[in-house]
Amino acid sequence: MSGAVVAFVEHAGGEADRLSLEALALARGLAKLLGKPLDAVVLGSQGEAVARRLGSHGVGLAHTASDARLDDFAPAAWAASIRDVIERRSPAAIVAAGSERGNEVLAHVGACSGWPMAANVVEVTPGDSWKLTRQRWAGSLLEDAALDAPVRLLTVAPHAVAVDPLNTSAPAPTITRFEPELEPADLVARVVGREAKTSAGVSLTDAKVVIGGGRGVGSAAGFAQLEQLASLMNGAVGGSRVVTSLGWRPHSDQIGQTGLRIAPDLYVACGISGAIQHIVGCKAAKRILAINTDPDSPIMAVADYAVIGDLNSIVPAITAEIERRREAGRPST
Amino acid sequence: MNILVCVKRVPQTGGRIVLTPDGQSIDTRFLGHTISPHEECGVEEAVRIVEKEGGTSAVLTLGPAEAEEQLRDAMAIGIDRAILLETGGTEWDPVSTAGVIAETIEAQEATNGEFDLLLFGNEAADTGDYQIGVRVAVALGRPVINGIKEIWFSDDRREVLARREAPGGGWETFDLPLPAVLGVKEGLNLPRYPSVPGRLRAKKKEIERVALGASPSGALGLGAGEDAAGIDSAIPGPTKLRLRLPAEERTAAEVIGRGPEAAPAVVDLLERIGVVAR
Ligand SMILES: Cc1cc2nc3c(=O)[nH]c(=O)nc-3n(C[C@H](O)[C@H](O)[C@H](O)COP(=O)(O)OP(=O)(O)OC[C@H]3O[C@@H](n4cnc5c(N)ncnc54)[C@H](O)[C@@H]3O)c2cc1C
Ligand SMILES: Nc1ncnc2c1ncn2[C@@H]1O[C@H](COP(=O)(O)O)[C@@H](O)[C@H]1O
Repeated sequence: MSGAVVAFVEHAGGEADRLSLEALALARGLAKLLGKPLDAVVLGSQGEAVARRLGSHGVGLAHTASDARLDDFAPAAWAASIRDVIERRSPAAIVAAGSERGNEVLAHVGACSGWPMAANVVEVTPGDSWKLTRQRWAGSLLEDAALDAPVRLLTVAPHAVAVDPLNTSAPAPTITRFEPELEPADLVARVVGREAKTSAGVSLTDAKVVIGGGRGVGSAAGFAQLEQLASLMNGAVGGSRVVTSLGWRPHSDQIGQTGLRIAPDLYVACGISGAIQHIVGCKAAKRILAINTDPDSPIMAVADYAVIGDLNSIVPAITAEIERRREAGRPST
Repeated sequence: MNILVCVKRVPQTGGRIVLTPDGQSIDTRFLGHTISPHEECGVEEAVRIVEKEGGTSAVLTLGPAEAEEQLRDAMAIGIDRAILLETGGTEWDPVSTAGVIAETIEAQEATNGEFDLLLFGNEAADTGDYQIGVRVAVALGRPVINGIKEIWFSDDRREVLARREAPGGGWETFDLPLPAVLGVKEGLNLPRYPSVPGRLRAKKKEIERVALGASPSGALGLGAGEDAAGIDSAIPGPTKLRLRLPAEERTAAEVIGRGPEAAPAVVDLLERIGVVAR
């Protein structure tokens, strides 16, 4: 029984994922509190190369399985590999990223072992009974909970824990190679086909400026004025759930709890009331400008700037003003 | 195709969450309730599949007696029948919830035949535990994949194909033999609104009720069940102690103007923060 804290590290292109580094940071703090070692599990043909660089994140021992069947996402097979590590190492906890994959894989580990699993944890306090704080409602609400089991399974909420500064003088971790026994059933749910991104223009998650439209835009056609303003700033247009439910915009444009999380330099919320489920999707924006007829709408409590009034006259006026200044700035011929 | 969708009743919170004084739940006195959004798409998908392929659809929820409202909403858009696992109101932990749902599905299948497809939401909107569907699938020994935004069937109808978004963009396809379990996400389809005749029909339908009792501790023995993947007994949890609101980062927005006359001030701001070239 090692009592180690074992972090499950996802990776792509030979690099550990950002969310996995956050999970490692929480796992490292937990290991310190327990006075136990920090291990990592890294799967797939690239795993060992990724694992070698985890020393700077505090990992002392890395368990790697280079089985190529683990290269693509196969949640039951990934979970079987983690359970193999659990059997050999008897850790105190398994910590994964609160990514789509991390949550899914740990749910499998919990289901197969009959142990509880806590998703999207932001803080853990070990003790006789472990106490933790986790996110509900995509972070709009916190839950204090107890988690008790032979091995505690938890995922770390995205962007809730700071990544540790690198200790570049730390030695590379010791590598333990293992070969998990994969049953055919573990490989039934695995990627069998792939389609590349078909990107047209700047994406909502990459754009520096996002113009969001809500019910106040009034119709699908009303979004043309938002598109026009966005194009002047190389921005992208998104919206609230109301506008996707009404079919004014595709769901892929939805910002919020059940849509996208964006983090632009500027988010312009036009005719959006600022429901908590919308705000969780845009609160990472550096600045929020609200355009709304109602000076008391909840969006005003999260916006940095506001223009009060009808967006149908304000948005075109802003577009016209930008164009006017561009014209004026152009050398006359 | 016989399809079961598991849905959860969740409060329709708006601008701010208000908690009950004991910190155990959201104060819902002034709130409506809804089916959690991912599952709404699961309900719509089940109706579409049965419309196209034939078969029957069912909806199941574990929740308070009032969750009947969400079951009737699902039947109003075309789900054939509904099962309510009545809790008495307190919240159940995910291990216990999954255990009882798995047992109920086994019992249902013993009398009504197998469900070809079980649909879950990727995560419930309120608790966001990200696990009930996976736990039920493992207990029943069926393949499962989450995050699904598109579903279709092989020509021989023996497999379900499903797509989800890949981490770096693009799509990943999965191919599962039936019976199978899928966790779906909003965007899978655009759910229809119930028609008036649909609502009237739903009102008249029977709901199958199973009384579970008030507290999750009453269900501890149920766990994932002895026959589930060789597990003797499951440990319930995580155990909720209390809820609290995160520290608020409230700012008072600086009003930079009213109406279209504010445009020059807005563009000054856009130039200042560097999103429009000066
Ligand atoms: C479980 C759950 C998950 C959800 N997930 C999401 C999600 O991912 N994303 C999301 O956005 N929502 C989500 N919602 C819905 C959310 O609660 C709100 O209902 C929704 O965000 C409201 O959209 P809205 O602001 O466009 O509409 P409304 O709330 O109706 O607000 C319209 C606003 O426009 C203003 N307005 C009206 N006319 C004008 C005009 N001419 N000019 C300027 N302003 C005007 C009004 O003053 C008002 O503030 C979810 C809800 C639930 C229950
Ligand atoms: N009380 C419940 N009754 C029925 N289905 C549920 C319940 N709780 C969760 N589910 C289903 O399981 C999915 C995942 O929930 P969770 O693991 O709680 O995030 C949800 O989207 C629902 O489809």
